[in-house]
Amino acid sequence: MYSYNDFDEAFVRERVAQFRAQVERRIDGSLTEDEFRPLRLMNGLYLQLHAYMLRVAVPYGTINPTQMRQLAHIAETFDKGYGHFTTRQNIQFNWPKLRDVPDILEALADVEMHAIQTSGNTIRNVTADHFAGAAADEIEDPRPYAELIRQWSTDHPEFQFLPRKFKIAITGSPNDRAVTKAHDIGLRMVRSADGLPGFEVIVGGGLGRTPMVGKVIRGFLPTGDLLPFIEAIVSVWNLLGRRDNKYKARIKITVHEHGIDEIQRLVEDRFVEIRPSFSGVDQDLLAEIKRHFASPDLAERSVDAFEAARRADPSFRSWSDTNLAAHRVDGYAIVTISLKKPGATPGDATAAQMRTMAEIAETFGHGELRISHEQNVILPHVHKADLPAVYAALRAADLATANVGLIGDIIACPGMDYCALATARSIPVAQEIAERFEALKLDHEIGPLKIKISGCINACGHHHVGHIGILGLDRAGVENYQITLGGDGTEDMVIGDKTGPGFACDEITGAIERIVMAYLAERLSPEETFLETYRRIGIAPFKAALYEQGETANAA
Amino acid sequence: MPSPFTPKVVTANDLLQGDVVWLTADDRWSRDMREAELIEDEAHADIRLIEAQAQRSVVVGAYLADARPGATGPKPVHFREVFRTRGPSNYAHGKQVGI
Repeated sequence: MYSYNDFDEAFVRERVAQFRAQVERRIDGSLTEDEFRPLRLMNGLYLQLHAYMLRVAVPYGTINPTQMRQLAHIAETFDKGYGHFTTRQNIQFNWPKLRDVPDILEALADVEMHAIQTSGNTIRNVTADHFAGAAADEIEDPRPYAELIRQWSTDHPEFQFLPRKFKIAITGSPNDRAVTKAHDIGLRMVRSADGLPGFEVIVGGGLGRTPMVGKVIRGFLPTGDLLPFIEAIVSVWNLLGRRDNKYKARIKITVHEHGIDEIQRLVEDRFVEIRPSFSGVDQDLLAEIKRHFASPDLAERSVDAFEAARRADPSFRSWSDTNLAAHRVDGYAIVTISLKKPGATPGDATAAQMRTMAEIAETFGHGELRISHEQNVILPHVHKADLPAVYAALRAADLATANVGLIGDIIACPGMDYCALATARSIPVAQEIAERFEALKLDHEIGPLKIKISGCINACGHHHVGHIGILGLDRAGVENYQITLGGDGTEDMVIGDKTGPGFACDEITGAIERIVMAYLAERLSPEETFLETYRRIGIAPFKAALYEQGETANAA
Repeated sequence: MPSPFTPKVVTANDLLQGDVVWLTADDRWSRDMREAELIEDEAHADIRLIEAQAQRSVVVGAYLADARPGATGPKPVHFREVFRTRGPSNYAHGKQVGI
């Protein structure tokens, strides 16, 4: 993975020193909160419902064991012994004290981490396919491009006061695991007619109060034109973007207001104008960055031990059925460590669990770890012969839940348990649904199903693209949960359809159960997934299951 | 006709700790809502809020929250304010431990 050069190191240290001085001036009264807020947000520090919250960047979801151990150290020293991995591949600490934050940032800098541009109206942490560099379907590792974008966007003078935040996602595979169509800019690697790698550039996607599927602004962009082209996009939006209304400031609204054809014309014109100013330095940098992302040495070994363990141990077999993905090299697997034990908080890991994951990555995983936007942790390169040992170590740390991609693998934002913007809680809803289906023992029978929960319309929990989406709202002073069905976050992104009136906190799990039972009754075969059934039969049978049954019950 | 004034408390987050505090009648910031001053008069509420907001090196984001009288002191009305008196529901962290 990328390691800092002298420039990066000096830059991050300088920011820590600046922030330390800013905190001191806030505490001694020389800065008001209005003056301090933009400064703390630039460094990832929020003030939430019960405490401050520090959002630390995990650039494009890549993290090494040393960094993971340092996160454990920070969790124990400055927080309550755990951290929360988010849907943007970051980690949040929920309980820091203001005076401690400069020390936390210093501890992060010690392991080449920071919280810069994890908030504020800037270009945020670039997210990437969590299987990058390992996936069997990958054209090229997208992370060197993500790192190039990170270096270009960090403190970019033109883009420090954007109309709103700006999010970029990148995938090196045609199968989109990075939700690129729900980002301000999505980059999906494709091949040209003559086989060259490049990007399909998507613009104006987003979730939130006005969900939009991103539109293709350039079908094929040669990799060498990446920076000037995205600079052209951000630059056009920076001028056109609405600063009068924060709800209309995102590029998705700009694209909607002006039309993709007009935006495309302006971007292509701007691109032609600025392309010559990119002298090739960016390509030299990219070549240097690529060296950091060289593949580990993946030796050929027998997989007999793996096959033997699968025959001998049903729980290992079950885990390896759900938690492994195809690796580009025969004999290897991509392991997803589920942070979704039924009843636990989605995305939370204790300091001890972080250390275990670091240890396993070092011993069996070539020192690599990833954070997924689905709030799990990935070991991208594990030889199958080592999987029984990996499984045993995970099991000892309570990390061997076998539910990746199943109904219990719910993503949920922090909701009103932590977030000052939330209108309802998300975590208890996720906990109760996972526990209900755990008790029913139906998760394997149900098969692939993505439930996504947000505690407000800002949609950090990606509810619009959940096969079942749940949105928590405040209806006349009571928590109320609205359901959407049929959402899809892949390259064929679809925004889910609202079912109708919402459900109270104590009704929502029962409502989800009725939807799932309707699916099991309607599907043509066990092979037909929830999403396929929904696309075939539409919303009506699910509405009937949700509402008519309820009315009968009420009438009786 | 304007709607009748509902009783209020002044609440904020502590600058250093970040946790929830309420303004008492004797001008302290308490970590226990039951000690808060229950304000039943709109003009007085406005003045108390201005006084709270002036303490900018002590608290952040002071505002008036609806409250109602209880046997042991003011009680929250909205569920958000209920959560603020106790902490998150997924762990025994925050005010639900220690008060």
